[in-house]
Amino acid sequence: MTGGYGGAEVIHEVSVRVDPAEIVVLIGPNGAGKSSVMNAVLGRLRVDGGHVRLTGRDMTGVPPEQIVRQGVSFVPQTGNVFPNLTVNENLEMGAYIRSDDFRPRIEEMYALFPPLAEKRRAPAGTLSGGQRQMVAIAKALMVEPVVLLLDEPTAGLSPRVRGDIFRVVREINTHGTPILMVEQNARQALGIADRGYVLVDGRNRLEGTGAGLLADPDVGAMFLGGGGGESRAEASDHGDDTRG
Amino acid sequence: MIEFVNFHLVPGLVLGSIYALGAIGVTLTFGILRFANFAHGETMTLGAYFTLALIALTGLHPLLLVPVAMALTALAVLGMDRLFFRPLRHGPTIILVIASFGLMLMVRSLVQIVWGAKLQTFSKGIDLPWVLLDTLRIFPKHVVIIGAALGLMAAVHLLLSRTRAGKAMRAMADSPDLARLTGIDTERVIRTTWIVGAGLAAAAGALLAYDTHLHTNMGFRVLLPIFAAALLGGIGRPYGAMAGGLVIGMAEELSTYPWIGTEPLVPPGYKAGVAFAIMVAILIWRPSGLFRGRVF
Ligand SMILES: Nc1ncnc2c1ncn2[C@@H]1O[C@H](COP(=O)(O)OP(=O)(O)OP(=O)(O)O)[C@@H](O)[C@H]1O
Ligand SMILES: [Mg+2]
Repeated sequence: MTGGYGGAEVIHEVSVRVDPAEIVVLIGPNGAGKSSVMNAVLGRLRVDGGHVRLTGRDMTGVPPEQIVRQGVSFVPQTGNVFPNLTVNENLEMGAYIRSDDFRPRIEEMYALFPPLAEKRRAPAGTLSGGQRQMVAIAKALMVEPVVLLLDEPTAGLSPRVRGDIFRVVREINTHGTPILMVEQNARQALGIADRGYVLVDGRNRLEGTGAGLLADPDVGAMFLGGGGGESRAEASDHGDDTRG
Repeated sequence: MIEFVNFHLVPGLVLGSIYALGAIGVTLTFGILRFANFAHGETMTLGAYFTLALIALTGLHPLLLVPVAMALTALAVLGMDRLFFRPLRHGPTIILVIASFGLMLMVRSLVQIVWGAKLQTFSKGIDLPWVLLDTLRIFPKHVVIIGAALGLMAAVHLLLSRTRAGKAMRAMADSPDLARLTGIDTERVIRTTWIVGAGLAAAAGALLAYDTHLHTNMGFRVLLPIFAAALLGGIGRPYGAMAGGLVIGMAEELSTYPWIGTEPLVPPGYKAGVAFAIMVAILIWRPSGLFRGRVF
């Protein structure tokens, strides 16, 4: 995909694929276009070239509300819960597009996130950062999504809570939900990922399995504190040939 | 003491209930559509005149016809949204505010053309008060107005806290962007908001007319106190608007009580200034209102 918001293009021929039941992680420096790739998938970025496909169907240019109705669930980086709605009401809103009885699904969510069960009646805005992130993910899962998009779900969380979130992401995935996740905590994210992409300046830079990228010296230098800094990565000649 | 209850406390509660009903619509529109709707007073006027027309048509008691007038007003406002606000929805807020101002003038003129500019009343008879304990005089119509207003506010509470449509309204007031990403049908939420706001405004207008009389300026005259009530309660906070309406209505009526000496504290002619003074005070000292609403 190639596309931009109003003016200049911010992603250039980026190619990202999520296969059934996969966890795919997008990493890259700030402003690399990771969130923009998600916006492109959601119909919130003008796509000038390329295609967005969902289970084989072309969704390019389809407006966001219709994409969401097709089962693409998105948890934005910030502002991802309704603060004045209770935890339970947030989950109910997550099921807004469902017309069947979703109460069993709510109970499943409380089983997946036990800390939320005690906070059902609390306004989401009064919860801790980690609990709010849990509400946001649970809300997105209410529709039993075709694919779940998470934008930096562990940003700003303590290491312990971060671990909880990664564990839950894995668990959700083991039930069969494909996940596309943007993450700054690259080591942990690649640790649970089937595959990953490295984006730099709105382009694909590297692609590989989670383990493969973890072992890659360029990835180590850029994101895992392996020394050498970004300059080494910029100098590397891993090119567009790795694009999927 | 009895004079206080008869001439200040009860009228304050009546006026406050009417303001509260009006302020809920203002605050919902602000919270969900994100603009100050200057045509809201005219929506009240419309509700009163629709009731008048229905009385002429059917000869039934005004209170039986208020629900019908509420429905007619809601339909009219949905039409106005379709014609004036929806095409401007994605532009800057100030355009919507100015459109509402224009609509306010248009509706008022239309009401004048159709019903004339003179004072009118729902019924010609005189409402005799119940006299309790020799001195306490309670007008049946006041009991009815307060009761109807409380009933409607309870209905709003149930809508917002128990129904899917009401929760979606609160969700959209929290974050329109997240609401859209959640798959909430935002145009439908907007329609619900207009229906609720217009219905309550129509009821408020009809109750005001039932208490006093009808005039084409009646809605415009209460627009300021209603904005003050919405601000006092915190913009976007329906419960705040209810409380704010009661406080402003009471403040207006209590301000004319001879608290010090024998003269009214505020001459009755300046009663309307009380809401204005409260509004200025809130904007200076506590712009988020009592219930921590949105600051703009
Ligand atoms: N809503 C927007 N309108 C216009 N430009 C935007 C918008 N959002 C992002 N951009 C621009 O697009 C480019 C890519 O931003 P994007 O948010 O996709 O990066 P990111 O990789 O998610 O960064 P971060 O790690 O900071 O979240 C940046 O140059 C940014 O300034
Ligand atoms: Mg981002």
